[in-house]
Amino acid sequence: MGILVLCDTDGGAPRKSAYELLGKAKALGLGPVTALVLGSADVSSLGGYGADAVLHYDNAVLGTYSTGAVVKALANAIAATGAQYVLASANQVARDAFPRLSARIGAGYAVECTDLRSEGGKLVGRRPVYAGKALVDVATNSAVGLYSVRPNSFPIGASTGASAPVTVSDGGVSAADVDVKVVQTLAPEGKEVDLTEADRIVSGGRSLKSKEGFDSVVRPLAAAVHATPGASRAAVDAGYAHHGDQVGQTGKVVNPSLYIALGISGAIQHLAGMRTSRVIVAVNKDADAPIFQYATYGIVGDLFEYAPLLQKEFEKALS
Amino acid sequence: MKIGVCLKQVPATDTRVVVNPTASGILTNDVKWEINPYDDYALEEAVRQKAAGKGTEVVILTVGGAETEQRLRDALARGADRVVRVDDPAMAGADALGYARALAAAAKAEDVGVLFCGRQAVDGDNGAVPAMIAELLGWSQVSWIDKLAIDGGSFTANRAAGGGAKEVVTGALPGVFTCDKGLNEPRMATLPNIMAAKKKPIVVKNLDAIGLSAGAVAPLVAETAMSLPPARPAGRKLTGDAATVAAELVRLLREEAKVI
Repeated sequence: MGILVLCDTDGGAPRKSAYELLGKAKALGLGPVTALVLGSADVSSLGGYGADAVLHYDNAVLGTYSTGAVVKALANAIAATGAQYVLASANQVARDAFPRLSARIGAGYAVECTDLRSEGGKLVGRRPVYAGKALVDVATNSAVGLYSVRPNSFPIGASTGASAPVTVSDGGVSAADVDVKVVQTLAPEGKEVDLTEADRIVSGGRSLKSKEGFDSVVRPLAAAVHATPGASRAAVDAGYAHHGDQVGQTGKVVNPSLYIALGISGAIQHLAGMRTSRVIVAVNKDADAPIFQYATYGIVGDLFEYAPLLQKEFEKALS
Repeated sequence: MKIGVCLKQVPATDTRVVVNPTASGILTNDVKWEINPYDDYALEEAVRQKAAGKGTEVVILTVGGAETEQRLRDALARGADRVVRVDDPAMAGADALGYARALAAAAKAEDVGVLFCGRQAVDGDNGAVPAMIAELLGWSQVSWIDKLAIDGGSFTANRAAGGGAKEVVTGALPGVFTCDKGLNEPRMATLPNIMAAKKKPIVVKNLDAIGLSAGAVAPLVAETAMSLPPARPAGRKLTGDAATVAAELVRLLREEAKVI
């Protein structure tokens, strides 16, 4: 029984997505919450955010992701805690490991939920399908259920300062469990937060007219807003931005507090990728562009005129 | 070595979704179908690897009814050699693990040594089937690749890592690779290839023919109560002189929306 929460760490500390999931897991009231941490990290803060216990697999083998070692560690942690549900942030680790774990132990897998609730002692998720054009309720009917959760789905409460007992072990994995090996890590091209986790995004479309236009308008405005730059598919296909920058149905699905769309008309595929943004700002010359139906604040005008003005105002406000 | 490709037909990405009366799925009467966009990269990679001498044959593995034939012919016209289509009434209720069991069994029956899949199908958006197949077959898996080199029984690939980073990884075949945008530029079918594709074989198998019972694909996940996302409250347009509008927007973001 209870919930096991796979806690992401970065540079030896829990990421905010770990606190987000622990708080939600506790609030669900489905039994004790165990935080699972893989690799070396300071786990002392986890009790304050909802963990009743911490399982720390402090093993260097788990410090770099490998499918074989992490899936085995997760299976061992489920067996050790008898957890009924396992939660993880919907990132590359969960995307790679959860389906394999699902097939290994016969556990149903609910993917990228944006909401969780408890119903008659069972965990029910709500998740987007068709890139967010529709939502479904999702529930597992196996002895163990795996649920991944899209980042920024739940608020993070303040720490209660509570501490939780920590059990440290090697997780029962060794170097022999590493199947596919990482030989090199290539840093992201920009130094901004990745789009899928970004709290603020400034995106540009085909109206930027060139890579130079994109680089001289979208990137500086994004820097002024402390945002991650993004792009529409049209801008990516035209070569203005990298394919990793694409927001939309065949790019990244994003969920920021603030999404600023410059010269993006709002094709249905793009809207699918960003429609859950809390506040949407659209700047577009075409007053009839579909993006305005979704925009919290709309400006009908030339982005080349507005972007520098906005940049100046944001720099003033956020300096 | 035979090269496998998993294909799925999905509603075109510009489809306006309408939920059916029982809220169990979408209305498909007016849907235009296409090959899942990410599967195009998988197919292209398979065809290129064969051309580079890494494989002998490209076999498409798919689950679906006769209505998928047109998309399968299109894939054959873009370089695949033949299709194994698993068609069984029991698949109607299957979840991702059920699909994975069917595709893994088909891959095994075909004795493929490497399998390419799209990183996710853009209907259910699970992105779960490929890694499940890898587990069921006991193979290596690499998720979201945008670069791949096969050298004998081993491979080197670039895959997505957290925070927008990439990892260069190495491992041993057999393996399942999920393909992301950037891996290659999928080709279009040429007229002679479209004609030639009409003669390529599409073999239909039920679950029994690949050694599975209906119970093996019984779902562990239930999806119910489909609905459209709530409409966004109406926004407003800011008008006036550009400098004033810019200042007003930043003020509203700070004081009204409280997002900066």
